[in-house]
Amino acid sequence: MSNSGILKSSLAKKYVMALTGLFLCLFLVGHLAGNLQLLLKSGAEGQRAFNEYAQFMTTFPLVKILSYLTYASVLFHAIDGIVLTMANRKARPVGYVNEKGSANSNWSSRNMGILGTIILVFLVSHMQNFWYQMHFGDIPNDPNGLKDLYGVVLKFFSPENSMSLFAVVGYVLAQGALAFHLSHGFASGFQSLGLRHAKYTPVIEWSGKIFSVLVPALFAIIPIYLYITQQ
Amino acid sequence: MDLTLKVWRQNGPTDQGKMETHSVTGVSPDMSFLEMMDMLNDQIIRAGGDPVAFDHDCREGICGMCSMFINGEAHGPSRGVTTCQLHMRSFKDGDTITIEPWRAAAFPVVKDLAVDRSSFDRVIQAGGYISVNTSGETLDANAIPIPKPQADEAFNAATCIGCGACVATCKNASAMLFVAAKVSQFALLPQGQPERSKRAKRMVEQMDKEGFGNCTNTGACAVECPKGIDLSTIARMNRDYLSATVKED
Repeated sequence: MSNSGILKSSLAKKYVMALTGLFLCLFLVGHLAGNLQLLLKSGAEGQRAFNEYAQFMTTFPLVKILSYLTYASVLFHAIDGIVLTMANRKARPVGYVNEKGSANSNWSSRNMGILGTIILVFLVSHMQNFWYQMHFGDIPNDPNGLKDLYGVVLKFFSPENSMSLFAVVGYVLAQGALAFHLSHGFASGFQSLGLRHAKYTPVIEWSGKIFSVLVPALFAIIPIYLYITQQ
Repeated sequence: MDLTLKVWRQNGPTDQGKMETHSVTGVSPDMSFLEMMDMLNDQIIRAGGDPVAFDHDCREGICGMCSMFINGEAHGPSRGVTTCQLHMRSFKDGDTITIEPWRAAAFPVVKDLAVDRSSFDRVIQAGGYISVNTSGETLDANAIPIPKPQADEAFNAATCIGCGACVATCKNASAMLFVAAKVSQFALLPQGQPERSKRAKRMVEQMDKEGFGNCTNTGACAVECPKGIDLSTIARMNRDYLSATVKED
């Protein structure tokens, strides 16, 4: 194929970055919708709703497909990010003595790699704490015979757990990193795909800003709420 | 005005180079930055030293030769100007000013502040043109009606002088704004349509080959561009390249 070189080009790498990133934005919305059940209902009702949701998410075939797409997106987004960052370092072997980046660009736009690394570290520990437990861990069943992930989550963020304060602080900080990452990444994804328009780009940029504050904030409220209400 | 200058000195491409400190006194606020540099060189020559090498030509902001990274910014702190159009009134008496060459693997230093920007020429050679028969029967360009807003936009893209400030200021040393301007100036006009996809593909390939970095959409290039080329050109190139990927060459 005469166009095979295109896939290796810098722009193709940006398309991959944009497509996986924007897909992961959709994933965040889905994940958040599930998590918010921890806020909306409590007690036995909350336990039942959340565990039914967790059961559904791990067994329904369509969700299974989406979950594999999500794993692939995280993987490609991270690997692509590392490849791009390494190429960018190589493109300027000798740096400036005095470089005033703040004069012409946002802090988050210049630090996407660092922010992404923080998110990746969080993701690994987050998946170990919940995803791994749900899939491979030894979780007791709830009164309805479902795996009691609700109990695992509550216990994880309960003040009775000696590590919980550390977990809550870590979770909130990671959401902060996510907020900054999204504040640049959301609109940047559209630009990389060439989706720019005098009328719609300001809307995309504003939506990105709102998304980047709202989604991480709602995620962060949940562990704080669980920690405080279990005092 | 009395100033302290910290200037990059590098005696050839393989020399390691270092910052050198000079004092200049009696600088007029009405001088251009390059006139101030001339003053510095006059002083260095009179003392028997080697003058600071720097690129310059028209000194009226249209040729794209001057290229200095001043106080951490390409073409210094003023917006919409090249170094030759930057005036000393933008600085204060007693200021310390750092002056560095453009930094990019694709722009190797020749000497001091002068860098080799022929990588830009090779990007243009790869596709930054339209193929027209110039045997004498060439159609007059003005014979094709073009809507004014479109002609204006193409002209705006064509005002790129290829100075390289976009590369210099980009944290990734990416040449996207330059290449996108050169792609856009043709993509917006009827004459550019036959080779549109091929052009984007070939110019991007050459850009990658030259070792420029990748675009992370920080937007720094558009802020520092002396000609005000904007990010919509980059989006256009992203679209053109994407459509080239699904077309045969």
